Amino acid sequence: MKGFKPSAPFLLLLPAIVVLAAVVVLPLILSLYSSFTPFRLTRPETFYVFVGFRNYLSILSNADFWWAFGRTVLLLTIALNLEMLLGLGLAMLVEKATRGQRILRTLMMFPMMFSPILVGFQFKFMFNDNIGLVNNALQSLGITQDAIPWLIEGHLAFIAIAIAEIWSSTSIFAILILAGLLAMPKEPIEAARVDGCTPWQTFRYVTWPFVMPFAYIAMTIRSLDVARAYDIVKIMTDGGPAGRTELLWTLVGRTAYSDARMGLANAMAYFSILLSIAFTVYFYNKLAAARAQIGAEW
Amino acid sequence: MATVSLKNLTKRYGNMEIVHGIDLEIADREFIALVGPSGCGKSTTLRMIAGLEDISGGEIDIGGRKVNDLPPRSRNISMVFQSYALYPHMTVRENLGFSLKIAGATKDEMDRRVAEASAILGLDELLERRPSQLSGGQRQRVAMGRAIVRDPDVFLFDEPLSNLDAKLRTQMRTEIKKLHAKVKSTVIYVTHDQVEAMTLADRIVIMRSGYIEQVGTPDEVFSRPATRFVAGFIGSPPMNLHEATVSDGRLVFSAGDSLPLPGQFKSRTSTGDKVVFGIRPDDFYPTGHGLSSGGETEVHRVELPVSITEPLGNETLVFAEFNGTDWVSRMLNPKPLKAGDRIGMSFDLSRAHLFSAETGKSLRN
Ligand SMILES: Nc1ncnc2c1ncn2[C@@H]1O[C@H](COP(=O)(O)OP(=O)(O)O)[C@@H](O)[C@H]1O
Ligand SMILES: [Mg+2]
Repeated sequence: MKGFKPSAPFLLLLPAIVVLAAVVVLPLILSLYSSFTPFRLTRPETFYVFVGFRNYLSILSNADFWWAFGRTVLLLTIALNLEMLLGLGLAMLVEKATRGQRILRTLMMFPMMFSPILVGFQFKFMFNDNIGLVNNALQSLGITQDAIPWLIEGHLAFIAIAIAEIWSSTSIFAILILAGLLAMPKEPIEAARVDGCTPWQTFRYVTWPFVMPFAYIAMTIRSLDVARAYDIVKIMTDGGPAGRTELLWTLVGRTAYSDARMGLANAMAYFSILLSIAFTVYFYNKLAAARAQIGAEW
Repeated sequence: MATVSLKNLTKRYGNMEIVHGIDLEIADREFIALVGPSGCGKSTTLRMIAGLEDISGGEIDIGGRKVNDLPPRSRNISMVFQSYALYPHMTVRENLGFSLKIAGATKDEMDRRVAEASAILGLDELLERRPSQLSGGQRQRVAMGRAIVRDPDVFLFDEPLSNLDAKLRTQMRTEIKKLHAKVKSTVIYVTHDQVEAMTLADRIVIMRSGYIEQVGTPDEVFSRPATRFVAGFIGSPPMNLHEATVSDGRLVFSAGDSLPLPGQFKSRTSTGDKVVFGIRPDDFYPTGHGLSSGGETEVHRVELPVSITEPLGNETLVFAEFNGTDWVSRMLNPKPLKAGDRIGMSFDLSRAHLFSAETGKSLRN
């Protein structure tokens, strides 16, 4: 050790560096490595067989994977857009409230307090075709006599999952957009009214451009979230029926543990991360552009 | 181009009345300044005219048409806000052209009118910038440009200069005056700064806690203030105002000093009346250093101690002690004075004011 004198900051940071390396960097490297092996949990020796890009190539021709990929993108698109619309509507209603705004804001955050697992169970119960709240309500209201097979028919199951996702996360949009609305100076809106705008035009040309960056922040956060959507789907349908609601992460989980093909699963996972990154980069750029546009100083 | 009339205009928030049934007739192309201390209801009145606040009672007519229930966009007005209220995400050009775009003007029309406004206000170099890239004065100009582009019936200004530094404010004041000469619209201009009101307006409306105290030309409100409040509000430095009791043709002040009762008020007061005596610094001056005011002057001379002086270059404000308090006077062609000097002071009583102590109303006819 002669001649090697690490600096004090480095020494002080060392414990943190070691912990981080042990729990983050090492698993990351191992999983990346294993995506280049035919590693199966049941046959540990396969961990040492290097097969290059074979897993990645097999993904490219794996129809199940591409279905899951497409479904994830679809869910992302539907959920994010609806969440934004609903969140915007909620935020605007709450902003208009002259009394009880604090209470409303707190209520609005309620869904965020539940673990996704619980949300999954809750909606699984609500959408149950026999004893579920949804069918019960529909039948009591006389809208239908049938027991709608919510979680059993593929499209309906997808809708049910989307609804659960939207219920649990609209509040993120609502809170962030509300923050934007509350931060917005009131004079430009008044100026627009004097300048001849109808309420809709005021929203379209003045309010919306101002809150857009806030919506993009929510989008960025949520795009990471949905791209790793797992818990709710796992509980509600576990990718079923017959793989009709399989998303990337449920597929990865199944491949890794049920099929025990860890190497292939890791390859899928790394592929999926690209999707997350792509969405995040996309929204982040939009955010930067929108911020520049309103001359935001944050 | 339009007249504006307010009839018994009232504003209540809950059961708090903020504007108490004011009446005002504004002529076509007139420049009216609403002036008064902060919180007196100027902005509220202006915003009711703009349609940004509901009217709780009374009526507003613009160009002879009742507008009580019309939204702002149907009133053909422009408003310049204190904080400029530019659209932060639009360039200067887009800000200027926005109202035309909303009104569905053609591209050519828009370009032409924006170019006109930009030429009047010297914005040509700034057209592609965003508001965040402009200085306060430039934003102010854009805000005015946005107002004139619309060619409205009535311009409404709410303290447009109060966020600018003193020098810029003076400069913009002049520009607003020039602008009004050019565009010839009716202007309602809210300010708490009496100098702005005096320099800009054809007529000044002085408001105080939701009431109109006086309406008049700058000269009228300055030389014939209708109430004690107006007398104290208009003019800088403010008028000396002190309570006194009328006693055998003299005004006796609280500490016992007295002045002769000015001739014009002799017939309007009687012994025992409580009054407020007012005299402007211009009419109370070190003897020989005031304005010579015509022949029929009633000048009363006394010798008083100087307490402090404030030299302003061309003139000096001299605070002289009379009746135990400081009275401010204006010394023209100043000579050096120091605190404690006793000097001859002149009260030009023909130009003094007298108000009823009870009602605050002027006792002048
Ligand atoms: N939304 C409101 N609710 C209750 N009171 C208000 C409201 N807006 C203004 N006021 C009150 O009305 C009075 C006049 O306000 P304003 O017209 O803004 O005065 P200013 O003459 O300074 O422009 C103030 O006392 C203010 O507190
Ligand atoms: Mg105001």
